[in-house]
Amino acid sequence: MSVATVWPRLEPLLPQVGKPIQYVGGELGAVLKEWDSTQVRWALMYPDAYEVGLPNQGIQILYEVLNELPDVLAERTYAVWPDLEALMRAHGVPQFTVDTHRPVAAFDLLGVSFATELGYTNLLTALDLAGIPLTAAERGAGHPVVLAGGHAAFNPEPIADFIDAAVLGDGEEAVLEITGIVRQWKAEGRPGGRDELLLRLAGTGNVYVPRFYDVEYLPDGRIQRVVPNRPGVPFRVHKRTTMDLDAWPYPRKPLVPLAETVHERYAVEIFRGCTRGCRFCQAGMITRPVRERSITTVGQMVREGLEFSGFSEVGLLSLSSADHSEIGDICSGLAQQYDGTNVSLSLPSTRVDAFNIELAEELSRNGRRTGLTFAPEGGSERIRKVINKMVSEEDLIRTVVTAYTNGWRQVKLYFMCGLPTETDEDVLQIARLAHEVIRAGRAATGSRDIRCTVSIGGFVPKPHTPFQWAPMTPPETIDRRLRLLKQAINADRSLGRAIGYRYHDGEPSLIEALLSRGDRRVGAVIRAVWAAGGRFDGWSEHFSYARWGQAAEAAGVDIGWYTTRERTQAEVLPWDHLDSGLDKDWLWQDWRAALAGYEQDDCRWTPCFDCGVCPAMDTQIQVGPTGRKLLPLTPV
Amino acid sequence: MTPRRQPQGGQAPVVQRIRIRYAKRGPLRFTSHRDFARAFERALRRASVPIAFSQGFSPHPKISYASAVPTGVASEAEYLEIGLHTAVDPAELQRALDRALPPGLDVLEAVVARSPGGLPERIEASAWRIELPGVAPDRLGEAVAAFLAAEEILVERLTKQGRRTFDTRAAVVVMSTADTTQAPSEVDGVPCAILDLVVRQVTPSVRPDDILSGLRAVADLPSGPSRATRLAQGELTAHGEIDDPLAVDRDGVPIGGH
Repeated sequence: MSVATVWPRLEPLLPQVGKPIQYVGGELGAVLKEWDSTQVRWALMYPDAYEVGLPNQGIQILYEVLNELPDVLAERTYAVWPDLEALMRAHGVPQFTVDTHRPVAAFDLLGVSFATELGYTNLLTALDLAGIPLTAAERGAGHPVVLAGGHAAFNPEPIADFIDAAVLGDGEEAVLEITGIVRQWKAEGRPGGRDELLLRLAGTGNVYVPRFYDVEYLPDGRIQRVVPNRPGVPFRVHKRTTMDLDAWPYPRKPLVPLAETVHERYAVEIFRGCTRGCRFCQAGMITRPVRERSITTVGQMVREGLEFSGFSEVGLLSLSSADHSEIGDICSGLAQQYDGTNVSLSLPSTRVDAFNIELAEELSRNGRRTGLTFAPEGGSERIRKVINKMVSEEDLIRTVVTAYTNGWRQVKLYFMCGLPTETDEDVLQIARLAHEVIRAGRAATGSRDIRCTVSIGGFVPKPHTPFQWAPMTPPETIDRRLRLLKQAINADRSLGRAIGYRYHDGEPSLIEALLSRGDRRVGAVIRAVWAAGGRFDGWSEHFSYARWGQAAEAAGVDIGWYTTRERTQAEVLPWDHLDSGLDKDWLWQDWRAALAGYEQDDCRWTPCFDCGVCPAMDTQIQVGPTGRKLLPLTPV
Repeated sequence: MTPRRQPQGGQAPVVQRIRIRYAKRGPLRFTSHRDFARAFERALRRASVPIAFSQGFSPHPKISYASAVPTGVASEAEYLEIGLHTAVDPAELQRALDRALPPGLDVLEAVVARSPGGLPERIEASAWRIELPGVAPDRLGEAVAAFLAAEEILVERLTKQGRRTFDTRAAVVVMSTADTTQAPSEVDGVPCAILDLVVRQVTPSVRPDDILSGLRAVADLPSGPSRATRLAQGELTAHGEIDDPLAVDRDGVPIGGH
C-alpha cells in the first residue's frame, strides 16, 4: 500500500517558520522513488538541524549506497526547530522525510547517526513527532526498527531504552547486510514479528540489540555484568570495518542543498582511521586501522563530484589529512588541475610541522587563503606526553613562525583544558606559548600585523580510549583555569593584544561526559530532560544545565559519579561488551603509560604495538604510496 | 614580511552582458534570495558558463540582481544580469542554466544586454496574484471595494530597521478580484478567492502580505493561508500595466521565451 505525503498539510505551516527551505527537500542529488516499487525502506536521520545534518558524510554515503539498490528506498529526515515542532503538534503533522515528505513511521527502519551524544533529546522529539513509541519495548510489528549508528553508538547504553539496535563502525556494508535481513524476513511473511527480526539482526554479531542483554549491578552501583538473555545472541558485538575505500567511492553524487548549510563543499575522505594514538581521541581509537583512498580515486572523485555538484570548494577530509602517504602529490596535483578556476581546496590541517605549511601554500595557489590551524592540544611539554601528542615547543614555534613568514597573518592554535593529571601550570603554559609565538613572529617578519587565536575545548573522557578510566575535571576547575589563562595572556598588553582567546563553558561538557560514559540508568535523565523541553542540546542557546541537573536529581542519578569519578581496572564498563577491536589490556597499559608520561609511536612508521584491532577484526593497515600522479585535466 | 601575492594574471574582462528572467515555483518559492544566489552560482559552474569574476583576493562572479521576491512568495518574473568573459548564444545559455537548476527554479529567458542603463531602473511596479483558499470570492470583493475607497491604510511590519508603519493604499495601482475557476483551492467544496494587484516599488516595500494586512484592516477577511505569485515587474504604463523590462534588449524578438 502506498504511503501518502504529508506535504499538503506541511506546506501551509512553512510560511510561519524560520528558514522554511530546510524542510522542502529538492536538493540536487536527492533520489525520489516510488514507494510501491521497493521492498525495504530506510529513513535516515541526522538528529540535528538540517543546516548541520545535510553535509554529514555518513548519511550521504549510506543514502547513496542504499538507493543504488533498485528495491530499496532511502530518504532523509532531520531535527525540526521548535517553531515548526509546535505547529506540527498543533496541526497533527508527523515527523517527515525531506525527500518526499512521507511520514517517518511508515518506513521499515529509522537509522539515526549520532556524531555527538548531545543529539539524544532530538531523537526523542523525532520519535514522538513520528508517532513511534519512545521506548523500544512499547513498539509493535508496524513500527520502524530504530537503529543508532555513528561514533556515539560505541556506547549506546544511555539510549538503550529508546533504540531497537545499534550498529558499530563503518556503515557501508552493515546497511546492506541489515537490508538483506529485513528483505528476507518480510518476504517470509514477517515470521515471529519484531522479536524474530531483531534476533536475526543480533545474530550477525555486528548489530547490538540492547533488549537481548541484561545488566546486573553491584550494591555500590557499579556494573556487575552484562549478559545475553537469549540463545543465539553473542556475548560481544563487534564493529564493522570497510576495507578498500577505493571500492566504495562515495558520495559520488553529493547532496547539494538550496538552504545554507555549515559546509558548502565537496568533501572527499582521503583516508579513514588514525594511528597517531592521541589518547583523548575517540575517533582515532575506534576507526583503526588506517585505510587510505588512493591518489587516483581521490582525483577522480574530486573531478566528478565538482562536475556533478557545481561546488567551488573541495575538502580533503580525514582525522589527520597531512598524514596521507601521497598527500604532497594529491595537493600539488589538484592545485595544478584547478589553477585559475576559482575552485578552492582545503585541508583540515592540524599537524604541527613545516610540511603542513607547504601543503597549505600549494592549496592556496589561487590566491584564496584559508586560515591555518595547529593543534598542540596541550600547553606544556609534560601534558603533551600524557596525551601522546608529540610536538615540541621548538617545533610549534618554528612552524607558526614559518607560517607568518610565508604570508599568513592569522594562525589558530587549538588546545584542551581539563586533561588527566593537568595542573594550573600546564594551562598557564598556553599563555607563555602564545606570547612566544607572537614575539618570534614579530621578530621574524618585522611586522606587528600578525595574530594568533587560542581556542580551547573542554576535555571529555570517552569510551574505548585510554582515558575511559580517567576522572573528568570538574567544570569549576576548568572555568577557573581558563580565567587564570586569560589573565596570563593579557598580563603582557603588547603581546596580549595580538592574541584572540576563545573557550567554551564547562557545563555542556559535563553533560556530554555523563552521556558518553553513562549506562542504562542515564536513559531516565534523557527522557526527563526531553519531557521538560530539552531540545538541540548541542546549541548553547538551547542547552540548559539546570534542566539536566534537575532531571538527574529527580532520577537519582549522581552526575559526579558518572563523570569525575576515576574507574579502576577491575570495573566493568558499560560498553565492555561492545568490541571496537581495541584490547582492553592494551588500553589499560596505555592509560598507565599516559600517567607515567610515556609516548607511543604510530604503527604506520614503527612496528605494531598490539592495540589489538587488526587481529581482532581481521583487518590491516592499507597505505600507499602508489607512485601514481594526477594528470592535468583536459577540457572537453 | 612577504607581501601576499596578487592572483596571477587577474581576471578576464567582461565581453558580454546577459539579462535573465527566471521563476520561483511551487515548493521552491521557499528559497530565500541568498539561497537562490548560491544555487545560481553553482548552476553557472555546472553549466560551464564563462562567467567573469571581479578582481582581487576574493573574486566574485559578476551577477547583479534586479530585485528579490520575499521568501515564500512565488514568482514568474525575477530578473538578473550576468557578465561573461566569452560571448555565448543566449538561447543555449538559457537551456543550459535551466537544466543546471532544480525544477522549480526555472530560467525562462536570456537576452543579450543591448541597451544602456541597468535593470533596476526599469522596475517601477509589480503585478501580483494572491490565492486565498477558504475565502469566498464575494467576501474578497467587498474587502477590495473597501480598500480602494480608503485614502490611506496603515499597516505595521517588523523590518530590518525595526518596527515600521507605512501606507499600503498609496502603493496600490490596481486591485481586483479574478475569475476563481482559474485556480481552484485544490480541496473540493472549499472556495478560493483570487486577488490581482499592481503595486508600486516603494520604500519600505509593500509586499503581498502587507496588502493582505491592509485588506484585513478595512474589512472582515478571515486570516488563513495564502499563496502569492509575482506575475510581472517593470515600468508602469499610463494604463496601469507593466512593461516587459527586457523588451528593449530583445529587439522585439523573444529568445528562448515561453
